[in-house]
Amino acid sequence: MASYDLNDDSVVIVIGSGAGGGTLAGELCQKGMPVVLLEAGKHQSIADFDNDEWNAFVQLSWLDKRTTSGSWRVATDFPNLPAWICKTVGGSTVHWAGASLRFQEHELKTRTVYGEVAGANLLDWPLTLAELEPYYARAEDKLGVTRTNDIPGLPGNNNFKVMYNGAIRVGYKNVHTGRMAINSRPRDERAACMQLGFCFQGCKSGAKWSTLYTEIPKAEATGKLDLRPESTALQIEHDDAGKVTGVLYADVAGQQHVQKGRAVCVAGNSIETPRLLLNSASSKFPDGLANSSGQVGRNYMRHTTGSVYGIFDQPVRMYRGTTMAGIITDESGNDPSRGFVGGYELETLSLGIPFMAAFLEPGAWGRDFCSAMESYANMAGMWIVGEDMPQEQNGITLHPEEKDSFGLPIPNVHFDDHANDVAMRNHAYKQGRAVYEAVGAQRVFETPPYPSTHNLGTCRQSANPRDGVCNKFGQTHDVANLFISDGSQFTTGAAENPTLTIVTLAIRQADHIAEQMSKGEI
Amino acid sequence: MRGQGMDRRRFLGSSGQAAAGVMVMASSGATLMIAADGAWAMALKTLDGHQGQVLLGAVRTMYPHAALSDRYYAQVVEALDQDAGADAATAELLKSGVADLDQAIPVPWLDLSEGHREQALRSIEATPFFQALRGKTVTTLYNNERVWQAFGYEGPSFDDGGYLDRGFDDLAWLPEPPEEASPTMEL
Repeated sequence: MASYDLNDDSVVIVIGSGAGGGTLAGELCQKGMPVVLLEAGKHQSIADFDNDEWNAFVQLSWLDKRTTSGSWRVATDFPNLPAWICKTVGGSTVHWAGASLRFQEHELKTRTVYGEVAGANLLDWPLTLAELEPYYARAEDKLGVTRTNDIPGLPGNNNFKVMYNGAIRVGYKNVHTGRMAINSRPRDERAACMQLGFCFQGCKSGAKWSTLYTEIPKAEATGKLDLRPESTALQIEHDDAGKVTGVLYADVAGQQHVQKGRAVCVAGNSIETPRLLLNSASSKFPDGLANSSGQVGRNYMRHTTGSVYGIFDQPVRMYRGTTMAGIITDESGNDPSRGFVGGYELETLSLGIPFMAAFLEPGAWGRDFCSAMESYANMAGMWIVGEDMPQEQNGITLHPEEKDSFGLPIPNVHFDDHANDVAMRNHAYKQGRAVYEAVGAQRVFETPPYPSTHNLGTCRQSANPRDGVCNKFGQTHDVANLFISDGSQFTTGAAENPTLTIVTLAIRQADHIAEQMSKGEI
Repeated sequence: MRGQGMDRRRFLGSSGQAAAGVMVMASSGATLMIAADGAWAMALKTLDGHQGQVLLGAVRTMYPHAALSDRYYAQVVEALDQDAGADAATAELLKSGVADLDQAIPVPWLDLSEGHREQALRSIEATPFFQALRGKTVTTLYNNERVWQAFGYEGPSFDDGGYLDRGFDDLAWLPEPPEEASPTMEL
């Protein structure tokens, strides 16, 4: 592993080691470029993963205090936990379920296709599916996505069998075990899935792709990566010309350093990325770095989610095997006759008893709730993932009073559902219920959204610098050597789980950075 | 499964007496709560015996599982006592909350019928005390391997090689999905 001097201003500084940052750092190192990778979390390993929901939650999650506002139910049930994302080397690729779906063509031009939607801040992406396709192909190969590259699909578990049969009985046609970044057979030095059932807690068999044990060690093997775990980025610095020059960060001991660099790429997930830009305000950039549009922190999206759990009169044991074991894609298109624009996916999901108690019906108690918990072995579950509307007032702001241990304002996350989001969730609840009732569900729960796992859009791409924060390469409109490298750059959220697209954009961004550097433009 | 949980929560009439299934003893620096049948015992360091009994009854009324003996609910009370010992504000919250429960209905908590207990809890549902009690119960009661077993959850599987050869796809009451939807694993 490389070790660069703090004053070595030839390095590219990447902040965050998840799907965006971990992939980008890897791609840059493979091109021979020197990279300092700052990661706030610890460097843990597969051996450290704990197949215990609460233990793993404490071990992996980003638990620094955040506040919430808005009418979303998370603000009531989990007021200091708006997001369920990770603080560890590998970021949320340690926790993700592995679903790897490409965006649909129309989802990159929603303003054109959906038209004016009152209250929504819709905008077309500045790029097309055709531009993304070659990079999607590279991403699918990198992740080893099933049902691509001649990789077989995973075998369906019990939870999938219930979903499949119910779906076919209500008339759905497109139901299968998904496109998953989980090995159905050994590939790329990763083992095949053992059907452990703890995908969210870190995959102990290593079958699921995570930057922790793929991109990062491969980058280290190039001799170009200087990974600095437990290093919290505090501010991005710039010169009088408005170029960024380095990053102020605190190391594990709390000592503060400035790492100089040639470019800075921010991939701290969609809460910390805008927070860092806002906390980097200066006399030259009084509203925060790269924020001439005023869009930094705005248009926060979290997917229209929710879960449906069915209770049957016979055992399901949904917890056995992959957490996200199958998908129904029939509702993912744009069909406004349903009463909303955009679409949604239905994907199996399972929680163990500890998390089921916390999330099935947050706040519930009494005999009715207990009777559901006692039926746990007979439960099947699915998760709704749908496109939510970007709204300007949904977003990340700096808390006016509360500070973190470094004296910096903590983030507040504000979210209100758009009417379109509510209509979509309502439709999905009804469809999910129909699927389970078609195979004999005796009782169906409409479980509200969990703390957000898909955090998107707070530094969005735009063709016009007035409408967003970065261009179609994630390069900020205001600062040429500053990049947004995570899901924050999403212009809209689409119906698909975001990781494959984050990886795709990171691969593409690495090519762009290399080209710009070779031309001497940054 | 044991179905005696409800019966053992019948309480004797007059105040100051222990629940039918629980004995309270003062010991040096601690209060002991002991199941009458000797099945479990716990030491309270910060809460007193009355507070322990009220809390035990309260968490049981909130999450009544006939299959679970008081032992599992006592573990919640033990965890609450530890929190009270670690933080004075939590101790005050719990003690004043118990006092509120005793006054929620003009009959002391320990004498209340099951229905009145539920009513008393509903009346304080919005309070920080109730939320603290509910949160602790959810994260303690359901985080117990024996409770998982009672409800048919097998938990971790890594040491046994996962569920691959242990029934991940053994559901037989529905037709098998076709091969293209759910391929057979190549082994």
